[in-house]
Amino acid sequence: MSEHTGMVEKRGAGLWLTHLGLIIGVAFIFFPIWLAFVASTVTNAEIIRPPMPLWPGDQFVENYTRALTAGINAPVALMMWNSLVMAMGIALGKIAISLLSAFAIVYFKFPGRQLFFWLIFLTLMLPVEVRIVPTYEVIANFGMLNSYQGLILPLIASATATFLFRQFFMTVPDELAEAARVDGAGPMRFFFDILLPMSRTNIAALFVILFIYGWNQYLWPLLITTDPDMNTIVMGIKQMFPSGDDFAHWPTIMATSILAMVPPVIVVVGMQKLFIRGLVESEK
Amino acid sequence: MEKRVTFKGIWLPLLLVLPQILITAIFFFYPAGQAIWQSLFIPDPFGLSMQWVGLGNFEYLFSDRYYRASFVTTAVFSILVTVVSMGVALYLAILADRLIKGSGTYRTLLIWPYAVAPAVAGVLWLFMFNTRVGVVTWYLGHLGYDWNHVLNEGEAMGLVVVASAWGRISYNFLFFLAGLQAIPKSVIEAAAIDGAHFWTRFRTIVWPLLSPTTFFLLVVNIIYAFFETFGVIHTITSGGPQQATTILVYKVYSDGFVGQDLGSSAAQSVVLLFIVSILTVVQFKYIERRVHY
Amino acid sequence: MATLTLNNVKKSFGKTDVIHGVSIDVEDGEFIVIVGPSGCGKSTLLRMVAGLETISDGEVQIGGRRVNEEEPMARDIAMVFQNYALYPHMSVFDNMAYGLKIAKVDKAEIAERVAQAAKLLQLEPYLNRKPRELSGGQRQRVAMGRAIVRKPAVFLFDEPLSNLDAKLRVQMRLEIRALQRELGVTALYVTHDQVEAMTMADRMIVMNGGVADQIGKPLEVYANPATEFVAGFIGSPPTNFIDGALLGRNGTTRMGVRPEHMRVSDSGKLKARVTYCEALGAETLVHLACADGTLVTVRQDAAAAFPEEGAEVSLDWDISHEMNFDLSGQRV
Repeated sequence: MSEHTGMVEKRGAGLWLTHLGLIIGVAFIFFPIWLAFVASTVTNAEIIRPPMPLWPGDQFVENYTRALTAGINAPVALMMWNSLVMAMGIALGKIAISLLSAFAIVYFKFPGRQLFFWLIFLTLMLPVEVRIVPTYEVIANFGMLNSYQGLILPLIASATATFLFRQFFMTVPDELAEAARVDGAGPMRFFFDILLPMSRTNIAALFVILFIYGWNQYLWPLLITTDPDMNTIVMGIKQMFPSGDDFAHWPTIMATSILAMVPPVIVVVGMQKLFIRGLVESEK
Repeated sequence: MEKRVTFKGIWLPLLLVLPQILITAIFFFYPAGQAIWQSLFIPDPFGLSMQWVGLGNFEYLFSDRYYRASFVTTAVFSILVTVVSMGVALYLAILADRLIKGSGTYRTLLIWPYAVAPAVAGVLWLFMFNTRVGVVTWYLGHLGYDWNHVLNEGEAMGLVVVASAWGRISYNFLFFLAGLQAIPKSVIEAAAIDGAHFWTRFRTIVWPLLSPTTFFLLVVNIIYAFFETFGVIHTITSGGPQQATTILVYKVYSDGFVGQDLGSSAAQSVVLLFIVSILTVVQFKYIERRVHY
Repeated sequence: MATLTLNNVKKSFGKTDVIHGVSIDVEDGEFIVIVGPSGCGKSTLLRMVAGLETISDGEVQIGGRRVNEEEPMARDIAMVFQNYALYPHMSVFDNMAYGLKIAKVDKAEIAERVAQAAKLLQLEPYLNRKPRELSGGQRQRVAMGRAIVRKPAVFLFDEPLSNLDAKLRVQMRLEIRALQRELGVTALYVTHDQVEAMTMADRMIVMNGGVADQIGKPLEVYANPATEFVAGFIGSPPTNFIDGALLGRNGTTRMGVRPEHMRVSDSGKLKARVTYCEALGAETLVHLACADGTLVTVRQDAAAAFPEEGAEVSLDWDISHEMNFDLSGQRV
């Protein structure tokens, strides 16, 4: 094969260069995480006398145990639990209310349907970051500071998921609902027996995206959880840095960083197909 | 588009949308309305009453040197984050697309930083470039470069840009790779047979066919840089030094919660709201166009 | 099993009337085919009987009982949809059993009825499969099975064969008819295919623009079409229409003669030029063009000699085979 058609399918030296390029990319992506992992396995003394080692040490168990059970302001295990509750609450809560309202908009004609649809559409535009101060006041007035409801509810109040489910329901053939009607199924029966099982993959894909979204929240928990016992892990890391000139306890901080990554990374890698699908669909 | 089948009933659908209506009304529309309302008032010094100032807050805002500077900072930051993360992602995607075997493996290796929270990414990069213990700082020092992002504004900006872009590479990579793989191989082979070399092929065929993906990512990345990088900035620089990394979202937070200047913070929220609306309109315009393809 | 009565049934969407009043008394066990081109309102009519569309005016009775306001389930009907509408996530068994489960039929009874239907439709090996694992013909049978297990008073079919290939269509046509006879259930069957209508119907309703142009037995309709539309729609190749003026008659009428009733001859009523001949084996179709450009087809026995292309010939027919229509398309 001549040289320039060979450019379509790389072989020989070209192939190795391609791999090399990719490996450099992967290394660039991995290096910060590798370093964090190493730091979580050595003593603080080794870190504060630079350069720190680039190969893991023997303090893995000690550092992680310390982080999980004691932490700095609160045990990391507790923070992880808070994150889990928040992420699950956001993912499941949003999916549940979105499924119901998408079902209503698509399969019923009711007064105010158009208005409702456009109100929902409007919420697609405004991330919580834009309206933090007044939202904070609402939560404070409800006495929801330092509570799971306070962490979860404002982040459920957007309609991305409703919009996605609406799009999906529109693609479900009309005849299925008609067949269900002929079979004697009422609307809710149709919803639970037919529509919900058919939406399984969409639900799962959306779950992955929303779980990560919830787990990785930073600004909101930072504002409304003043009690360390209610901190989520992602925002709790920053709280571990001492104020002033003291040395941070890096092994604990880095162990916490690693622990903060593990659940969402497991979700992404373990459900890669669903995740990619969810990503692509939610951006359509 | 409408469904042919509609179930009968008025109360049932209203009941079904009720949870969403309640939550959205209380936690979305009310606060958003409050933001707009508050932006038209200033509280008196004792916080007892609000005084109507009309657009005064906005006038005050735009006469504030720091706020105007924050616009420039945000623009520079967003453009850099977008260019860096999309550039690296495109480069990796082109390489992965050239592999017949193994592109899946690289994809698995490259996607998971998506799962790393921006705030955690901030901590990781802060650790590497920490002025006292950072590995990279130490090696740079040995090479004769004195890294100090705590004092140097340019270095601070560089660090938050790299940390923000780093976490975003996966996302862009996924979309670029999907876009590249959607280009029919026969088109590229035809060009190769016509004698086009790699760079010519990329410029004349691949890049134009990839442009919908690129444009989409451009908008999405700018939105990301605007709103989701708060964690990176807060963990690494807290907006400093001298507000050199205070992007608009960070300023809403620092003026509203740290500075307790509610009127100004609300006015800033409204400005942001306006910007997001424009970005969203651009995004939907584009998506509409893509549907017609 | 029951009679079905449509009494001046009308449908309008807003101010637009789409069905202009259709009436028919269907006898118990009768197979009625509603046939017409797309957009003629045939599916709408069926869906009104099913209860999937509201009835704007008139009355539908099943077994002598007015059902206008009843939900589909309460009407004692079963329906086979054009795209089968099988529940994709349920097995064949569950698809067939779903309606019975909702009706809270006893489990053993459900199993027995599904087994019976599966046997009848040769679906026994596939009961645990999902619809996507079945061929088009098998899916079609599952859709039938779902209708059968309900033991409805009336079967409704909405173009059930249009998604199948030609060969399977012929086979399923026979099967559906055989099954309906065996079960003795009244059936209403919608199709745009006049061959299906001719071969399956006890009686057919030919719909055109929301009006039932003619209701009758297939051969009667064929032999004696009530309107120009029916004469043109039923039968293939279609009836030849010739302007009265071309024949030197009153210009306000059109005359129709079926292709098999026309013959090419040396002397006849009309001059025409042969455009081409299609020899199909058993018969030959001779296509011709008249002086005013009207196209005409003659169907003749394969044994008969056929003229050369381009030849100027005459066309002849018996006066008794003439069908005359006025300007509004009504038979005169």
